[in-house]
Amino acid sequence: MKARVTVTLKTGILDPQGKAIEGALRSLGVDGVASVRQGKVFDIEIEGVTDRAKAEAVLKQAADKLLANTVIENYRVDVVG
Amino acid sequence: MNAAIIVFPGINRERDMARTLRLVSGQAPAMVWHAETALPRGTDLVVVPGGFSYGDYLRCGAIAARSPIMKAVRDFAESGGLVLGVCNGFQILCEAGLLPGVLMRNSQLKFICRDVYLRVERSDTPFTRGYNAGQVIKVPVAHGEGNYIADGETVARLEGEGRVIFRYAAPDGMIDPNWNHNGAMNAIAGILNERGNVLGMMPHPENHVEASIGSTDGRGLFAGLVDHLAKAA
Repeated sequence: MKARVTVTLKTGILDPQGKAIEGALRSLGVDGVASVRQGKVFDIEIEGVTDRAKAEAVLKQAADKLLANTVIENYRVDVVG
Repeated sequence: MNAAIIVFPGINRERDMARTLRLVSGQAPAMVWHAETALPRGTDLVVVPGGFSYGDYLRCGAIAARSPIMKAVRDFAESGGLVLGVCNGFQILCEAGLLPGVLMRNSQLKFICRDVYLRVERSDTPFTRGYNAGQVIKVPVAHGEGNYIADGETVARLEGEGRVIFRYAAPDGMIDPNWNHNGAMNAIAGILNERGNVLGMMPHPENHVEASIGSTDGRGLFAGLVDHLAKAA
């Protein structure tokens, strides 16, 4: 089963990397970009689990235990099939 | 002093720390590999040193914080043992939940490696009894992610309970954004846990303990710990 965990910074947390990227896009002349926030994507293969809910539980555990620091980050889990 | 330095893959400041502990206490610390599950018997100080554990992969300190030895460090801290985390060690203690908050990318996005001035906020802790409250010390920093942040409630608690121990300051001790080189909230450079036995700080006091280096301002921290442990024994 393939899955994806997306980790993003919580609202209000300063993201200097996102800001730098935002500035670079502006200097490249990419118009219409109001703001950029940088996050992380984890593509994960799950084995031995066929039930979607169980797979989501595994991913949630992975995110809570390691992939995200919930002090500053939110995460979303998606089982893609 | 029976100090134990925790060594993770990618850590590179453990020898500076060992040299300083030996120099100030007269006793060589134990070097404890991260895969161990117990601290040496009789350990009275655990030091989590600086470096780049696991190459700073995922988040600084995130993977080291989940190493087998960290359960023993957590138990040691819960039983009142003294734990000092410097630089990556501070990041590791935050990731392990032994200290609140997070060290984010420096606000100017640059790795900063230079001497900074710290205002010592309290002298009545095991870590700062070698200093006077309000004293300014000069110690080096070397980090890319030292920008301390926590939610407003946590910062208010840290301030209210006097748990901010070191702040980035001007040479005269004034708190000034121009001297807060990494953008940390309230110029926070070092904090204590609730119980007062775990200290995390970004700067490296272990690098300023010998006159030949040009400053001995870091020595007070270690001399104070030696003194504290000798009195406790």
